[in-house]
Amino acid sequence: MNVLQNVGIGSAINRVDGLQKVTGRARYAAEHPVPGLLHGVIVSGAIPKGRIVTLEDSEARAVPGVVEVLSHKNRPHVAWFDRSHKDMVAPPGSPFKALYDDKILFSGQPIALVIAESFEVARYAASLVRASYEVEPHNTDFHKAQAERFMPSKKRDTYHPPKNRGDADAAFAAAPVKVSAEYHLATEHHNPMEMHASTVVWEGDGSLTVFDKTQGPQNVRDYLAGVFGMSASTIRVMNPFVGGAFGSGLRPQYQVYLAVMAARMLQRSVRVVMTRQQMFTHGHRPEALQSVQLGAERDGTMTAIRNSATTSTSRYENNMEDVVIWGMMNYACENAAGEYAIAPVDTATSTDMRAPGAATGMTFFEMAVDELAYAAGIDPLEFRLKNYSETDQMNGTPFTSKALREAYAEGAEAFGWSRRSQAPRSMKEGRELVGWGVATGMWDAMFSKTSASARLSANGHLEVASAASDIGTGTYTVMTQAAADTLGLPVEQIAVRLGDSSLPKAPVEGGSWMAASVGAAVQLACRSVAEKLLSAAAKMQNSPLAGASMEAVRFSGGRIALRDDPARGVAITEVMRASGTDVIAVEETASAGISGMISQMRKSRNTHSAIFVEVRVDEELGVVRVTRVVNAVAAGRIINPKTARSQILGGVVMGISMALHEESMTDHRYGRFMNHNYAEYHVPVNADIHDIQVIFVDEPDPEVTPLGVKGLGEIGIVGTAAAVANAIFHATGKRVRALPITIDKLVDDTVAP
Amino acid sequence: MSDVAPISIAFAAMPITLTINGHERRLSVEPWVTLLDLLREREDLTGSKKGCDHGQCGACTVLVDGRRMNSCLKLAVSLDGASITTIEGLAEGDRLDPLQQAFMDHDAFQCGYCTPGQICSAKGLLNEGRARTRDEVREMMSGNLCRCGAYTNIVDAVMQVLESRGQIKEAAE
Repeated sequence: MNVLQNVGIGSAINRVDGLQKVTGRARYAAEHPVPGLLHGVIVSGAIPKGRIVTLEDSEARAVPGVVEVLSHKNRPHVAWFDRSHKDMVAPPGSPFKALYDDKILFSGQPIALVIAESFEVARYAASLVRASYEVEPHNTDFHKAQAERFMPSKKRDTYHPPKNRGDADAAFAAAPVKVSAEYHLATEHHNPMEMHASTVVWEGDGSLTVFDKTQGPQNVRDYLAGVFGMSASTIRVMNPFVGGAFGSGLRPQYQVYLAVMAARMLQRSVRVVMTRQQMFTHGHRPEALQSVQLGAERDGTMTAIRNSATTSTSRYENNMEDVVIWGMMNYACENAAGEYAIAPVDTATSTDMRAPGAATGMTFFEMAVDELAYAAGIDPLEFRLKNYSETDQMNGTPFTSKALREAYAEGAEAFGWSRRSQAPRSMKEGRELVGWGVATGMWDAMFSKTSASARLSANGHLEVASAASDIGTGTYTVMTQAAADTLGLPVEQIAVRLGDSSLPKAPVEGGSWMAASVGAAVQLACRSVAEKLLSAAAKMQNSPLAGASMEAVRFSGGRIALRDDPARGVAITEVMRASGTDVIAVEETASAGISGMISQMRKSRNTHSAIFVEVRVDEELGVVRVTRVVNAVAAGRIINPKTARSQILGGVVMGISMALHEESMTDHRYGRFMNHNYAEYHVPVNADIHDIQVIFVDEPDPEVTPLGVKGLGEIGIVGTAAAVANAIFHATGKRVRALPITIDKLVDDTVAP
Repeated sequence: MSDVAPISIAFAAMPITLTINGHERRLSVEPWVTLLDLLREREDLTGSKKGCDHGQCGACTVLVDGRRMNSCLKLAVSLDGASITTIEGLAEGDRLDPLQQAFMDHDAFQCGYCTPGQICSAKGLLNEGRARTRDEVREMMSGNLCRCGAYTNIVDAVMQVLESRGQIKEAAE
């Protein structure tokens, strides 16, 4: 009997890097020991806009242990041209260049780096650096910035413009049932638990090893090469462990630039770690305003969609997101018009944060759909099913798969939706108002060209490697399982290397494409190893596998055996020994291929989800508790149900956070995010999170990506905040259209029930 | 600038003795060095994490004489004679603490950065003997932020260990 545990694709094995994480042995960017290390502490500027007039560093330099104070006055040369400062995911514009000159572009901009023999000395000396400024008028008020709303001529290359259909204006005017609402999303900061940090190792020959907090080590390597005019071959960027990122590590952050600058100038190893406060001085989810107008027939058939949004960017780069397309794609409605633009404020450039665009745009659209369902007097789930579309309505293309209907059904069943009463305020329990809300989530199922190597040793040990990243998403585990699946080896015999720019080429970890992409690359590489093994096995004396094709054999339990007669086979180690092979090493690249590219043109590829939420609201205090969540996700093939579930749990928690807690508050007089710490920037704590159930609905889809995997990093957050907001309406009768829904908004009597 | 020589730091350091993960350490520490920075930068015990440096996130939680504390809020010199247990000191050789195993089995982390603090905090919670229900665990583990949102799995892991120790309250939530 075969008692081997299945560890391949589809099995819920424990995260393979778990032991390192629970024992404290996993080292993050600021934790790699280096002899003779210097510590750099960043001095942040005090004004939002203008220029530095004087920068006084003599007091700081006088502190024993201070080695150097870097500023625009004495910095070494960096590339002149913007294009040399652009990283591979930079939006159009002129990238921020720290210490480049005396100009201040945003509050908290780094103006100096104090480098000392110890962290404590550097921190103290940094407090002694004094700057005076010439202040220019600034604006950080996004509502005022609407006057400067514009559509840049050079679009971000990930941007998809909305495609209109029918006559939305006329249909909206004629609709017997309609809603029109304005929504607002506060700026959010990613705030991963690990602060952005870099340890730059000066290798003595001018080459650098850089341990960096990033979602893309090759992106950082190429960026540093451009900025400092170095050959990419002299820079090795490592990120074996990343303490969360959620998008904040897609682009290289300024601490790596400063640390490398200091290391090159001083020819010593340097570590720079941002403070939590400084984590509010770079990328953030853009602030957003969205206007949704929906029309329907009296029976609830949607007839008109008008969807318009603005998101914030900086004055120096044009960050754009896909905000308005989601609802236009998802619903059967003959008339739809979308419109989108950006508006600049004097902050750092906004950046991608978990499900960029969709977390904002689908959330607000789903809040508007709830309003329309109520206007039509129809159960909000029934309303969605009535307007369900099997095809991508905006692009007029079929989906490779769309099991959203099944997600609605399984989610509703698990939640008990049929026991809901429609009227707001109708489900009171004790002193709490109970509300049940539903919403839909949607994200892209993307695939990105990725390479991986596989190296099988004579002892049967396999190493697979790719310059991918694991930011908590489970990439180590995904790669292990893709390898185990192909070569039938136990987990203990598989080592995964990632987080190293010197490994085979991989994209940044983002967009939910990593599992599908690197999983396919590992599978290809391992299949190539398998073919070589079989060929060697067939040549063995009296080989039971002579003449057998790849399809006729199975790799399992460290053996290659005939599928039809598993007793006839050989051990992999035996094949290696018999053929006198020390090692089989291959590298393969997974790309969409011609059929994939044709499919991409002809079909839409998306994940979908249905989220059901129960809230309990204490009306006297305005306190909201999210007591139950069911998130039913249709995301193709699931590589590991355990780590996949965690991805969705995390997305749901961040969605609850978006609905109730997260808000970077600006004091517009100073143009600064004032609540720049974990005490005042609220994220959920353990006590805020109750029961969350995750369901993966069956959705076989061999066409979407080579493994049939769609990706899970973003879908968990999309729509979750809408389900919470809709449940709050159901509980209280109040529509709060500005997220987060804080206590003040609920107890405010001026909001009509 | 390459000829800048390392400058020795001439501040008055104070002698202290700490027992760190069972090993007695005689140290010379400036009075402004936090326990967290001492552990991370001088003792190469980087399992204790810095997430805010202000006692707001709990990533730096260690056990001081068996009690959970935010090591970023403790000056090392104030702990002379104390016994410190960090995440590196929880396992006995290859034998993991039951909490460490439970965290792995329940996938009670993703990025892993808050994990050492969560586990040390849970260890402190068990030592306190106060939490006996899910709600109590949720409440008393709320000093440890997890941005990846692994909270429900963290509670599952802690409850499993509570249960195995017979510390659970029947008919709890």
